[in-house]
Amino acid sequence: MRSSVIVFPGSNCDRDIAMALEKLQFKNQMVWHKETKLPKSDLIVIPGGFSYGDYLRSGAIAGKSLIINEVIKSANSGCLILGICNGFQILTETGLLKGTLLRNKNLKFINKDIYINVMNNKTNFSNKYKKNQVLKINIAHNEGNYFTDSKHLDELKKENLIVFKYCDEKGNINENSNPNGSLENIAGILNKKKNILGMMPHPERMVEEIISNKDGVNLFSSLLN
Amino acid sequence: MKLILVKQYHLNLKKNKLKFSVTVTLKKDVLDPQGKVVQNTLLNMGIDSLQNIRQGKYFEIEIDENDDLFAKKKVDDMCKKLLVNLIIEDYKINQIK
Repeated sequence: MRSSVIVFPGSNCDRDIAMALEKLQFKNQMVWHKETKLPKSDLIVIPGGFSYGDYLRSGAIAGKSLIINEVIKSANSGCLILGICNGFQILTETGLLKGTLLRNKNLKFINKDIYINVMNNKTNFSNKYKKNQVLKINIAHNEGNYFTDSKHLDELKKENLIVFKYCDEKGNINENSNPNGSLENIAGILNKKKNILGMMPHPERMVEEIISNKDGVNLFSSLLN
Repeated sequence: MKLILVKQYHLNLKKNKLKFSVTVTLKKDVLDPQGKVVQNTLLNMGIDSLQNIRQGKYFEIEIDENDDLFAKKKVDDMCKKLLVNLIIEDYKINQIK
């Protein structure tokens, strides 16, 4: 499987995701944001970081960069797209995913390992997990408070587009297990065609037992499935 | 050819630098935690008649056009395409004269 990782000035999780992909035998290429052509890819990853220093709004400037036009074209022709953290923010700014990510409710930058519940395991990105499996994954963001209008929220629920929700160690989804104020504890969503996943937690940081755990590995092996 | 060039030159001379301001604020029903913190701080400082604060962004835009309406439309376009996230933000455009 061929993958491309898009790199913006200020991306800082690009090497991590490349390492995770290569570990799982993806043939990966890094693509600088000024490129106007994408290498042939089955998966495009928009990594975490602080593209353009979060100027204007997180992801706003990267969302209008040259390479993004190509990403949008690929997305419309069914290529798998994964946006992690700042990548999720960029995807909402391009309009590929609906809704937006507001400042965390408590106004703090949160960097810690939290728990997420796999709400839908019948997707390209989560088929190696069990339904309602609880994963321990790191989050590191200032704007992760997902917000969308009620019409879109209904669509997310009806079409089963919510893939991950914040929960506690036992899988309980409630206000206490919501780290950033996200609407209905949403941590990751799909587009209607289910080929684009945006998520705030960092699965690429959870692929080595020696530095964390391996809860993120199955997300990448799901993509190979 | 010369005539056209001269005409173009005069047209260019006529162009004014028009100036606009754009104010961007979060929509009413979107939580504004920064505004809330500023409000609470001011209340703690003893300004007890304070009712509400919403924090926003301010842009000053200069544009090389000679028609007010056309220029305003261009600024509106900038807002919709980049400056404003219409899901959560409202904006107001004012011409500065």
